[in-house]
Amino acid sequence: MNPATHGSICETLVAMIVSQAVVSESVAPVAMGWGDVLSQQLITGVSNGMIIALIAIGYTMVYGIIELINFAHGDLCTLGSFLALTLVGALGMEAWAGLGGTAAVITLLISAAVFCGALNWTIDRVAYRPLRGKPKLALLVSAIGCSFILVNIALFWGGLPMEVFGGGNQAAAPKDFPSLISNENLLGAKSAITVTWRDLFVVIVTVPLMIGLTWLVKSTRLGKAMRAVAQNPTAAALMGIDVNRVIGSTFLIGGALGGFASVIYALYNNTISFQMGYRTGMDAFTAAVLGGIGSLPGAVVGGIVIGLVRALSDGYIEARWTNSVVFGILILTLVFRPSGILGAKLREKV
Amino acid sequence: MLKNIAAVCLLAFAVTPALAQGEKPEKVLKIISSLPRTGSANAQTTTMVNGIQLAIDEVNGKVGDYTIVYEDMDDASPQRGNWDPAVEAQNANKAARDESVIAYIGTFNSGASKISMPVLNKAGLLMISPAATYPGLTKPGKGEANEPKIYRPTGKINFFRVVPADDLQGFVAAEWAKDMGVKKVYILDDRELYGKGIANVFENHAKEIGIEVLGREGIDPKASNFKSLATKIKAAAPDMVYFGGTTQNSAGQIAKDLHTANATPKFMVPDGCFEKAFIEAAGADNVNGSAYITFGGLPAEKLTGRGAEFRAAYKKKYNLKENEEPEGYAVYGYEACKVLLDAIPKAKTKDRAGILQAVSETKNYNGALGIWSFDENGDTTNTTMSGNTVKNGEFEFVKVLGK
Repeated sequence: MNPATHGSICETLVAMIVSQAVVSESVAPVAMGWGDVLSQQLITGVSNGMIIALIAIGYTMVYGIIELINFAHGDLCTLGSFLALTLVGALGMEAWAGLGGTAAVITLLISAAVFCGALNWTIDRVAYRPLRGKPKLALLVSAIGCSFILVNIALFWGGLPMEVFGGGNQAAAPKDFPSLISNENLLGAKSAITVTWRDLFVVIVTVPLMIGLTWLVKSTRLGKAMRAVAQNPTAAALMGIDVNRVIGSTFLIGGALGGFASVIYALYNNTISFQMGYRTGMDAFTAAVLGGIGSLPGAVVGGIVIGLVRALSDGYIEARWTNSVVFGILILTLVFRPSGILGAKLREKV
Repeated sequence: MLKNIAAVCLLAFAVTPALAQGEKPEKVLKIISSLPRTGSANAQTTTMVNGIQLAIDEVNGKVGDYTIVYEDMDDASPQRGNWDPAVEAQNANKAARDESVIAYIGTFNSGASKISMPVLNKAGLLMISPAATYPGLTKPGKGEANEPKIYRPTGKINFFRVVPADDLQGFVAAEWAKDMGVKKVYILDDRELYGKGIANVFENHAKEIGIEVLGREGIDPKASNFKSLATKIKAAAPDMVYFGGTTQNSAGQIAKDLHTANATPKFMVPDGCFEKAFIEAAGADNVNGSAYITFGGLPAEKLTGRGAEFRAAYKKKYNLKENEEPEGYAVYGYEACKVLLDAIPKAKTKDRAGILQAVSETKNYNGALGIWSFDENGDTTNTTMSGNTVKNGEFEFVKVLGK
């Protein structure tokens, strides 16, 4: 390929990705046929679903390894988004143009991942490790307590006197997250279906992460150790595996994935609020259970299913009923397949 | 043993009157306000509380030889980030039980008024709302079949409002839409008392004047985005979307998602969104020139007479810059308190019943909102409404809307 054109194509691509413009001239809406509407809803469903899937992986990993439903995970993602917004404000990312914009997004992704991973590891160390071997209920209550702490940290964080936070006197209000990724329709302004860089961004980030995670769990020593601890912690310890370290690593990885999800969420929805953990956590946990809790592919399948069901229900039934539909499907699935769609059949331990 | 008990009892009886002597009640009249101070309504309610405080300061905190004490109560909870029924009920009960409270300025949300009205009605406590606009709170026949009787268990009226109700606002909103050339509208509501109520009024009148209603839906305020809904609306291709609801119930997010999906050229909302927090939540670019907001009154900079005096006094007291204005509802907080303070000298007895009677007899009151009276339902006779839009991140007055 001619290096000159290659370079300019790259530049154009990059410029398209990072231009901040929301389509500002109001083009007359193009008529949509039923096929267009369906395709659009499916695209929305898959994008939303992948974000849910990424958060669901955090839930499923922790459950698989210590049989704890980590209620604090959704709120952890909230804090990741708040960190991202703080960085946007502190480093003035809205003004970074061209390649700087890509750098901005990558910085946000990495910082949120590191922050959330570290925070999750710390929570495990402080709140869950002392309760190893104690009744599961104590662990659950501890998780709920952590959830409340994180929500309130987010509430205070929203009151920071920074311009991105609205000046600091509206701690509880939802915050507008600047559009760092273009909203231009990739299929052209005249197309009935809208696919933007944002939808692509969701897929471009989540798919490699999921592939990376699968590789980690299947092909590395740490992955093998994680699977061993999930199967039987005592036997794993007898084999010389440092169980606490493995569990800590699981929290770290799950948290990091949550961090990635939090930035994707913020860039896709352009709004963050201290309460977003409740809804995203609920959706992600439902997705994890639907797909088979403890199973990684299950979390992904569950997430995409939930995303699609929400989109189709909002579009074809009414938003009022969406929650009922989602949980109705969950109940039906569990009635006929108690371990979820891809869950392993649980053997009763006699 | 018995002798000792008798001695202690005698001592107690002897001492108690002496203690009571020391606590002769001061001549204090207490005003309580119950507004959502936590959450994104905070910016609006802060200006309302400022307005109330300004009214009290203008009389130097005294009426006759009574001292006015004011307590600013919060009816929102951090968990909800919005008004909370349990907290509102708690505030109402507290006010009802405290004998020195003679007026309750509240509430901001109509749903909250629904909860506290019966409690305060039974206590005979005067309630003046600066912002609750659901028609069924005062007007028979405009809400459910048993409204407003269920809010007045004693049969007497204790609820008054200084802001025109939604049966007017929804009506003029539909007329405005027609004026702008809207032929097809898609209506959404946030499923709360206020939002659903005003969306109903809008829908009924829109149908009457020939605007086609393409759809009517309740939204889920906690959803993370409304992209699917935006696609659905885009497919229906309305000229305008009307959302009955408040900023706290995702009005901003809806505006954002409708704009990014390019679903409709116009987005109209009622006074629950007439606050800076709405523009901030939606993102200024997403509502620039495409959002229309109706408001039960005039924006601060358009007030005349006593209203202009209020605006000047407010800007001076709270150190507003030259181009800063008090939020839309500030004058309503002020007027609610001022009409009360002006009625107290006219009350025959300075207790709840007397003051309630005096306020209910307010006729041709020359206030910041013009010359108005309370009618037989407790509503104001004021019917001035305004239509506003958003330009460059600020609200811009468009025109006066009237019947």
